[in-house]
Amino acid sequence: MHQVSNIVVVLLALGAVWLWRRVAQDRFWRENTLALWRRRRLAVLTVGVYVAIALLDSIAWIDPASEANALTSGKPRTIIDRIFQPETFREASYSAPLARVSFYGGQPLAHPGKHLLGTDLLGRDVVYRTLKGVRVALLIGGLTSLVVIPIALLFGVSAGYWGGRIDDGVFFAMTVLASVPSLLLLIALIMVLGKGTVQVCVALGVTGWVHFCRIARGETLKLREADFVAAARALGVSDGAIIRRHILPNLAHLVIITFALTFTALVLSETILSYLGIGLDGSWGQMIDQARNELSRTPIVWWNLAGASVALFALVLAVNLIADALRDIVDPRTHREEL
Amino acid sequence: MSAAALLAVEGLSISFPGAAAGERMRVVDRVSLSIAPGETLALVGESGCGKSMSALAVMRLVPKPGRIEAGSRIAFEGRDLLSLPVPEMRALRGARIGMIFQEPMTSLNPVVTAGEQVREAIELHAPLSRGDARKRVLELFAQVGIPDPATRFDAYPHQLSGGLKQRVMIAMAMAMRPRLLIADEPTTALDATIRAQILELLRNLSASTGTAVLLITHDFGVVNEVADRVAVMYAGGIVETGTRHELLSRPRHPYTQGLLRSIPRPEARGGRLAEIAGAVPRPGHWPPGCRFHPRCPHAFQPCPVEEPQPTGVSETQAASCHLVAREVGS
Amino acid sequence: MLAYLVRRVAYGALTVLGVLLLLFVLFFAVTDPDDIARKAVGERARPEVYAQWKVNHGYDKPLFVNRAYAASDARRYTDTLLAEHFRRMLTFDFGRSDADDSPISRRLWQGAGPSLTLTVPLFVLGLVAGVALALFVAFFRETYIDRAVLVLCMLTMSVAALLYIIAGQYLVGMLLKWFPISGFDPDPSVAARFVALPVLIGVVAGIGADVRFLRTIFVEEMSRDYVRTARAKGCGDARVMVAHVLRNALIPILTNIVMAIPFLFTGALLLESFFGIPGLGSLTVEAIQGNDFSTLRTMVYLGALLFILGQILTDISYALADPRVRLG
Repeated sequence: MHQVSNIVVVLLALGAVWLWRRVAQDRFWRENTLALWRRRRLAVLTVGVYVAIALLDSIAWIDPASEANALTSGKPRTIIDRIFQPETFREASYSAPLARVSFYGGQPLAHPGKHLLGTDLLGRDVVYRTLKGVRVALLIGGLTSLVVIPIALLFGVSAGYWGGRIDDGVFFAMTVLASVPSLLLLIALIMVLGKGTVQVCVALGVTGWVHFCRIARGETLKLREADFVAAARALGVSDGAIIRRHILPNLAHLVIITFALTFTALVLSETILSYLGIGLDGSWGQMIDQARNELSRTPIVWWNLAGASVALFALVLAVNLIADALRDIVDPRTHREEL
Repeated sequence: MSAAALLAVEGLSISFPGAAAGERMRVVDRVSLSIAPGETLALVGESGCGKSMSALAVMRLVPKPGRIEAGSRIAFEGRDLLSLPVPEMRALRGARIGMIFQEPMTSLNPVVTAGEQVREAIELHAPLSRGDARKRVLELFAQVGIPDPATRFDAYPHQLSGGLKQRVMIAMAMAMRPRLLIADEPTTALDATIRAQILELLRNLSASTGTAVLLITHDFGVVNEVADRVAVMYAGGIVETGTRHELLSRPRHPYTQGLLRSIPRPEARGGRLAEIAGAVPRPGHWPPGCRFHPRCPHAFQPCPVEEPQPTGVSETQAASCHLVAREVGS
Repeated sequence: MLAYLVRRVAYGALTVLGVLLLLFVLFFAVTDPDDIARKAVGERARPEVYAQWKVNHGYDKPLFVNRAYAASDARRYTDTLLAEHFRRMLTFDFGRSDADDSPISRRLWQGAGPSLTLTVPLFVLGLVAGVALALFVAFFRETYIDRAVLVLCMLTMSVAALLYIIAGQYLVGMLLKWFPISGFDPDPSVAARFVALPVLIGVVAGIGADVRFLRTIFVEEMSRDYVRTARAKGCGDARVMVAHVLRNALIPILTNIVMAIPFLFTGALLLESFFGIPGLGSLTVEAIQGNDFSTLRTMVYLGALLFILGQILTDISYALADPRVRLG
């Protein structure tokens, strides 16, 4: 399994490089990206940090037999794992942030003063668990969206551009799926498909696909009637070329903004799934759910909840801010004339 | 400025934010004009010269982030409008000064019936009962030439033709018998035949009620139909004023001359269309000195340097042009 | 108009059939009835017990084609899970829960009341607060007030709903002890105390997104020409915002209002579950945790049905509210 993860990281890195070069070449994209950077430096940096953490947590390998010890032999460990050494860097149970003794009972800790955010019920370092949650969150939000968006684009653009039977079919499928309240559909899908990572992502994908497909279809319908498309057709340009050269580029800004919004929606809905017991392992939602009960203890255990909440909030806020700035940048009404 | 002027605008300047932060650029620069009671003044100019903004300034409806600069003065019936408290200004709007706009379709509230909208204009200023107000609205509809007023009262704007919508607007603006009607390009969006009808309506109303009219337009044909006096605007400033007859037959400012010359004439068929070379400068990019000088065929030495002041050509005509100043001075 | 309505309703009916098909595929084709039986009865029962359970819960027939009948016999196709599923759902014959055998319909009736007690005040309060705040902010657009409120909205939108509930319960329920943290009493004089906290939390959680959305609509309307005409007539600010801007903005807002009505019934899942309110949301959560497929199936179906109904109502109300659509 970890080999798949490694390959995906390499693919993502290659994709990022390709994207960087394309953006640098095209004036429109370069200027918009720079505008975004200028407006929302902190948010972009935050997302960058999160992505870096997730990547570090996705590159894993198994120690060769010579170097492994009893605790770690045979298991793939990621870079984050290797930094934190969770197998040994742990306590028996709860401990407060930077404490020297355990929370209940006051026993001396194995690593006094080293746990920045304390430890949870099983003695695991909270900072470590929070960082592990980054990868899960980006998986839910980012990877799912990355898979869903091309599919939704395919159906949406086809339906909008060719209309007729294709449109009828796609529109009906969209309507049926959209008619089921998304949370309920999500729950039903997970109950039926099972509770694994892939299944949850598939379920999230199925429910998230519709919204984007509808937008893509709507925009394509509008673009299809645009003058420049009519001109292209009059010149004899083929359908495929029109879609590739005229329709898709004009959808690009919508794709990005929708990606950002879908991302946050997915990550937030996973917290609800965790509460219901059908979320992903190691996610912040799970941490929050587990932490719920801790608030009713005396004295209360707050650091578990704090770590996951702050990490989640920062990510969602950053992405929301970026999406907002993107909308302002791209909205033609806020453009100043440049003549 | 005559002391009996109904409306006296002096040194009106309006600015908007520029491209850089903190920068402001003028779109209207020290405009002065006056309107006597019952008179129709046409404010003529190309798109973007600032004529609509000037009209909105009289109503103090300049849209944010635009701002009327200090040093501007607008006096109506002797009162300074710019220092009036807002509630008093509101009492004037729709009652003593009325305004109609260019696009009747978007200027009317689409979800309220025509009659209701005119009735609102009345109820805002007069304590009439709903029944009395409705009667007044029907009277107004008849006065502006709307056939079958009772049915039209309950019609929604989208059910009315362009000409009818504009008549509703006029009824709304004239409901409280204002002393001044500001008409911002009232016929630009209408068909040619309707245009003539609306202009005639405006002319008749002005004559019968004694209402003065400030008519904004870019069309000299309209000027010819209804104006008593004319003021020509270019790039934020007034370049020439005079009676209709004077300006149409003996324009002195090169810009006015160019405008009139460029109107196509059927007799000149087959010849080349006359034009004014160049393009109107955008706010913030106005040339120094006389703003028209780069396009002026008569530009000479003082033009790029000094802004010309209005020079009286006759008792009623004046032009802001160094050439005219020289001719008159000699 | 009438033709449009008829078409709309027909399409809605078609959508319902589509949803039923989807549900069938999910709950019968993908899930194995044996698994469901095993989860309900336990792992170690004898085969006859499983078989009997399946008969009792309607899982015993074949999926699409019942080969026990001859090819010419209609029952070959009607005595199947597929046909049964459609027939029962369309006649609202929901059967019994997979988990505890209780009749689902009865649970639905019992749950509707508590759900509405929570969701109706939540909806109304949220709407009023959202519209008022959005109108206010739209009027002061581009000023510090506007920017401050927008920042607040952005912040509140970025917090997970779960956190609001946990924080709310903890702070207000346990620390301040203003309201009970869970429980419910249908007696109207007492119910308010139990519902107050979840309603408050629900409104706070949703207001950020609402205000931003509404503000955009209001600002858009405010830039329209007829607002300028209204001011030129002498309308004051309040009158302009309420009689002109709001009146026009109501049309797109109406879409969202009517759409929300079906959700009043399906209940706020999280809130009910956290606060121990025995409504339809709680019912759904129990069904999830108890692997109760038949109840879950019913809830999903009802949710979809209400949603489709909501959409039809939205289209109708839109047509009624906008004279341009109504009178053509």
